[in-house]
Amino acid sequence: MLNWFQSPATETQVTHGGRLWLYALAALVILFLVIPTFIVIPMSFSDSQYLEFPPTRWSLRWYEHYVDSPDWMLATRTSLKVAVLTMVVATPLGVLAAYALHTAKVAFVRLAFVLLITPMMVPLVLVAIGAFYVYVKLDLLYTVTGLVFAHTVLALPLVVIVVGSAFKSFDMAQEDAARSLGAPRWKAFLTVTLPQVRFAVVTAALLSFLTSFDEVVVAMFVSGGDNPTLTRNMFNALRDQIDPTIAAISTIMIVITVVVMTLAQIFGARSK
Amino acid sequence: MTARQTEALPIRVSHVTKTYGSVHALDDVSLDVVSGEFLTLLGPSGSGKTTLLMVLAGFTRPDRGSLKFGDREVIRTPPHLRDVGMTFQNYALFPHMTVAGNVAYPLRLRNVPKAEITERVERALETVQLGGYGSRRIGQLSGGQRQRVALARSIVFEPRILLMDEPLSALDKKLRDQMQIELRHLHDKLGMTTVYVTHDQREALTMSDRIAVVNHGRIMQLATPRELYDRPANRFVADFIGDSTFLPVRRSGRGVAFGDMALTINGPVPEADNLLLMIRPERVTLVRDGQSVAPESNQFAATVREVVYQGDSYLLQSELVDGTLLTMRGAVRGANLSAMPTIGDRVTLNLAPDDAAVIDGSGC
Repeated sequence: MLNWFQSPATETQVTHGGRLWLYALAALVILFLVIPTFIVIPMSFSDSQYLEFPPTRWSLRWYEHYVDSPDWMLATRTSLKVAVLTMVVATPLGVLAAYALHTAKVAFVRLAFVLLITPMMVPLVLVAIGAFYVYVKLDLLYTVTGLVFAHTVLALPLVVIVVGSAFKSFDMAQEDAARSLGAPRWKAFLTVTLPQVRFAVVTAALLSFLTSFDEVVVAMFVSGGDNPTLTRNMFNALRDQIDPTIAAISTIMIVITVVVMTLAQIFGARSK
Repeated sequence: MTARQTEALPIRVSHVTKTYGSVHALDDVSLDVVSGEFLTLLGPSGSGKTTLLMVLAGFTRPDRGSLKFGDREVIRTPPHLRDVGMTFQNYALFPHMTVAGNVAYPLRLRNVPKAEITERVERALETVQLGGYGSRRIGQLSGGQRQRVALARSIVFEPRILLMDEPLSALDKKLRDQMQIELRHLHDKLGMTTVYVTHDQREALTMSDRIAVVNHGRIMQLATPRELYDRPANRFVADFIGDSTFLPVRRSGRGVAFGDMALTINGPVPEADNLLLMIRPERVTLVRDGQSVAPESNQFAATVREVVYQGDSYLLQSELVDGTLLTMRGAVRGANLSAMPTIGDRVTLNLAPDDAAVIDGSGC
């Protein structure tokens, strides 16, 4: 143990002992970030009528309440439907855009790239307000279609960036080779290029799913009526009646998010 | 042999021009490649040789000009319909497929029946001496083996034209020398019209039937390796191929003169004002005391300035009367072994009339 304190931490002369303060700080930051998320998990198994920590008695009643509630089930279906559709729409669009940005030799490529990733930089609430006013005119308010469109706009930058960086490490001469061997360009792309960036594409698809599934701000404005999302209902429930159902739903969402993120990490690592 | 002879096609390039901005990558290039010929495009980087190859392959669309494979005009034909085999500088193999998968790729695109694919893939692999390697992954192969797989993939569908873009540049020298001979044998066996791009003059001299020396988007000379080396058309070609010393000479009667010394030259004197005598280092000989030389050969008095021993030969740089440094390469054997010239020696250098060429020294 004493040896460890004095062993070098990096290629420089800093020892692990000299880095202790940094490790402590890092641990604090991690705790600060993670604890609020995980405090919700024990709360969801509480028997109490109120959000209570630590719970005094344990039960699954709030999970039962969630499953038995038609409102929560409707919201869950909407959220899943919208997230899956967003993934299905955003992924191919983003892959095509990234491919075009990678191969095109025209001056406005950089401009096109910036335009595509603006939704990531503009405050979300502006996107939401914009979508709301446009959807009122187009009669898309409170529809699955409208939600999918809005969430696709938010997911596209992620797909373009993730898949675009995979194209950067792909040798485009392979596509030329495929074409010289008799493949039309689309076939060269499908049989040679796409299989080699597949992990990045899967990662991008999972991230688009999450982008939609976790999204609150836009959903607050353009979801509702017959198609409320889970996040919107949770927000309203917190405001109106605080009961531990929220904690149960949060726990379920944490599990889904963690699983999807882990998958994305695994596929992301494979694409390197 | 295992491979079939394919019926080769001639290539006719006429007046092809390609500009990028104000740069002429190809400047009104015309070139006929005879069917079954091994023709090399040789030039420095940026000369336009790769652009010309890409025009042949269909990846670059020229601004003007025509391209015919046999009787067929193909300038508007996309690459996948041109039916030419092509190998790339870094091989461009598909790492997500096995060796057999790579070689089978062009056959699968042509809907060849499965059993026939297996047979033809194996035959192509045998042709490049990789029989039995079909199930290997690309990552498991050495550079030389990758080169062979790329070659097998580009010939398996029996194209009548084969294009090669610096295929050996990534290999080390020994392997490269060996592959040059091998590629040439393969070409003779398969008989397809081959256009080969390289910047390595020795490679071009070793392999080609004819060489087109390319510079600034133009063909400077198109000739056999011998003609190119012995009778370069201009200073650029003479400079680019081999080493040489250039002596300024002037027309004198039917021959030329260097200073006030009339030279005996067997060979044409170009119609130009600015004439240079090109002297290849290995064609000059050192005249030893008491050694008799042919009376018609040219003899230069010189002072030795540098002697470099290089194992198989030695280089001698000697200063002529006008101050030009003439480089000569001598064999290390016989008298040289015991008595190499030393710096400051006054020597006589001999140049036979057949070994000198007068070239047009203007331009490049």
